[in-house]
Amino acid sequence: MTAVDPKDLREFSQGADAWFRDNVPDDPGFMLPLTFMEVGTDQQFNFLRDWQNKVWEAGYLGAAWPKEYGGGGLDPAFQKAATEAMRRRHAPIMLNAIGLNWTGPLLLDMGSEDQKQSYIKKILSAEDIWCQGFSEPENGSDLGNAQLRAVRDGDDYVLNGSKIWTTHGSYAKHMILLARTNFDAPNKYAGLSFFLAPMDAAGIETTPIRKLTGEFGFTQTFFTDARIPAECRMGKEGQGWLIAMRTLEYERGARGGQAGGYVITPLDAFSILELAKKAQRDGAPVMDDPVMRDRLVGFLIEAQGLKLCQERGRIAPLTTDRPMALSLSGKLMWTEFARRLNEFAMTLLGAKGGYYVGDESAVDDGLWTRGYLNAFSATIGGGTSQVQRNIIGEHVLGLPKK
Amino acid sequence: MENLGRLGFSEEQADLLEVATNFCRDKSPMDKVRKLIDDERGYDPEVWKDIVGLGWLGIAVPEEYGGVGLSLGEAAPVMEQIGRFMLASPFLSTTLAAQAVLAGGTEALKQHLLPKIVEGAIATLALTEDSGDWDLSQITARAEKDGDNIILSGKKLFVCDAVSAQWIIVSVSLDGKPALVLVERAQLPEGALRSETIIDETKRSYALTLDGVQVSANALFDPHKARAALSHIHLAANLLAAAEMVGATQAVIDYTIDYLTTRKQFGRLIGSYQALKHPTVDAFIGYEQARSHLYSAAHCFNEQGTGEVATRMAKAEADKALSYAADRSIQFHGGFGFTYDCDAQLYRRRAMWHAAQFGDASYHRKKLAELLL
Repeated sequence: MTAVDPKDLREFSQGADAWFRDNVPDDPGFMLPLTFMEVGTDQQFNFLRDWQNKVWEAGYLGAAWPKEYGGGGLDPAFQKAATEAMRRRHAPIMLNAIGLNWTGPLLLDMGSEDQKQSYIKKILSAEDIWCQGFSEPENGSDLGNAQLRAVRDGDDYVLNGSKIWTTHGSYAKHMILLARTNFDAPNKYAGLSFFLAPMDAAGIETTPIRKLTGEFGFTQTFFTDARIPAECRMGKEGQGWLIAMRTLEYERGARGGQAGGYVITPLDAFSILELAKKAQRDGAPVMDDPVMRDRLVGFLIEAQGLKLCQERGRIAPLTTDRPMALSLSGKLMWTEFARRLNEFAMTLLGAKGGYYVGDESAVDDGLWTRGYLNAFSATIGGGTSQVQRNIIGEHVLGLPKK
Repeated sequence: MENLGRLGFSEEQADLLEVATNFCRDKSPMDKVRKLIDDERGYDPEVWKDIVGLGWLGIAVPEEYGGVGLSLGEAAPVMEQIGRFMLASPFLSTTLAAQAVLAGGTEALKQHLLPKIVEGAIATLALTEDSGDWDLSQITARAEKDGDNIILSGKKLFVCDAVSAQWIIVSVSLDGKPALVLVERAQLPEGALRSETIIDETKRSYALTLDGVQVSANALFDPHKARAALSHIHLAANLLAAAEMVGATQAVIDYTIDYLTTRKQFGRLIGSYQALKHPTVDAFIGYEQARSHLYSAAHCFNEQGTGEVATRMAKAEADKALSYAADRSIQFHGGFGFTYDCDAQLYRRRAMWHAAQFGDASYHRKKLAELLL
């Protein structure tokens, strides 16, 4: 990588800031999803797809991906600057999360030239939406036990089974799919293979799942004698687990290469201060109550601690004892913090904690109550907090599995 | 929210961290820590000589007074490793005393004391009183001028390493205002120091009776700087305490992991049970966050405003992290955890000691609420 000219970077950064200042859309008149997992209506989907396309065309998404596949061909520092500008200007999220954060980096790292040519640009432009088929109704945390069957038949594989928690399932053109090609393998992992499956194949159907919030955003995806071309397989038969694990490393942020932007609205712990300043109890501001002050400060300390942990992860001499610790702990720390912060917000709402999205009297349009319920998507999805603790306990602290 | 602190790590800190880790590991194995508990002085004079030789007493002392001229933040990695290996020495007392001299001493006192401190003269502070108040400006001990002399009266508690110290810097009330005075330990009347029974048996602490103690007028620190000096000492003490606690947190987690990976019950290593594994991970995450706060405080310590916020956050989080990790360590060691022989108690007692010194987690959160809300 060539050295970055600070002047170029500064100019790029200023350009990005100005662009987002001028182009971040006004209130569209309906609630925008805070995360890619909360896209529940066509209206939201279309809005965010157009937005992502616009950001990419302006050069602020995929800035560090290779030019020949639709990226900007720049140093990652440029994309980082663009993402910071998004954050600063409170831009809506990037929609095509699975494509931008997982499929894209995976293909760029180990895909064939054909695959890169076919898929990367359309991931950036949001023309092709991607979804992920890992979890199954009977195999959530125990991903390695996935049972969806893929049987080779001539030039095809025939798929039978079902996947669940498919984000953007009804909109997606492709799915990264973990399926079992060998039921007699020496262990459960060795029987798995990885596919880039077309969602329009006959025999693939999606059914929306209604979330605890009352909204939609995920589907269950059913495969009934669905035929996909054998060339959809990535890697060899039996390498599915390795590729899936690599994908999860992108998901958990332990490995770089993502297109940039954010697919989950950055949590601003300090916004809760604004909420607290408005809250009243017993005729006095909540901010006068020593118990509430103590709790508020506790959240501010924790938010600051999480931010500092990210910074410390980049300082090698301060991570020598357990180098993987901070990157593997990030998901657990952040998602549990977000859940508890949202939960705390409800006590600040007082009686109005009883309102929900849609009521004209709801504080911040019901953002906090809904936020709390939605926070579980992150403490459960991508490996539950309990599985995360197993991973950290075993892989970082060296505690025994059995 | 404006600046709450940020991380930075200097080459000097990196070097000190590495040297301190190796030195403390080498000089303070657990059997030696245990042996020194029964030693009256509480530390090994040879190790103190080595520490002086390494130049650690001069880290935060300006070059004009014989020091290295770095900031107190540079001492944080050293203190962290001292805490990790429970290395006993008057380093904390003496470093804080030097900070007191720097922040509140007259030029003559600085020139008199600091070069000798850098060369290993031990000094300590006498600040806490019978009220147990963490606000160091709440002072009842008195100083009264009597011609060229100052006559002291009252009582001070938790004067660490006093018997080993050459100098004790005492906070007193002079004309109704806080003041600091230098007392030569050798000039104390018989019985002025009483050895205190304290929760952390690896440390040494004394009660000091000031009645009948008389010092000359030039032992008085700069009266205009006394309040600022007390604030500075309070923060410096909390920064170094946080460092010592963060180091201890790492150690107690490692100690727990050792047991969880060797002890078997019901035919399985107990570390495989999630009821033990998951809280150990929680303790570890608490440690990671506390350590990040510590190095933010170390980096920002000298910045007006930010330094105080970052330091109070660091102490609050270090207290929380070490208390939890050590509490769980006792529990997870089962029956052995309830014995004196199990090291978990040493760490739990260390946490209790530092929580009681210069403010615990909830006290610092209260101060932060005043600063931030």
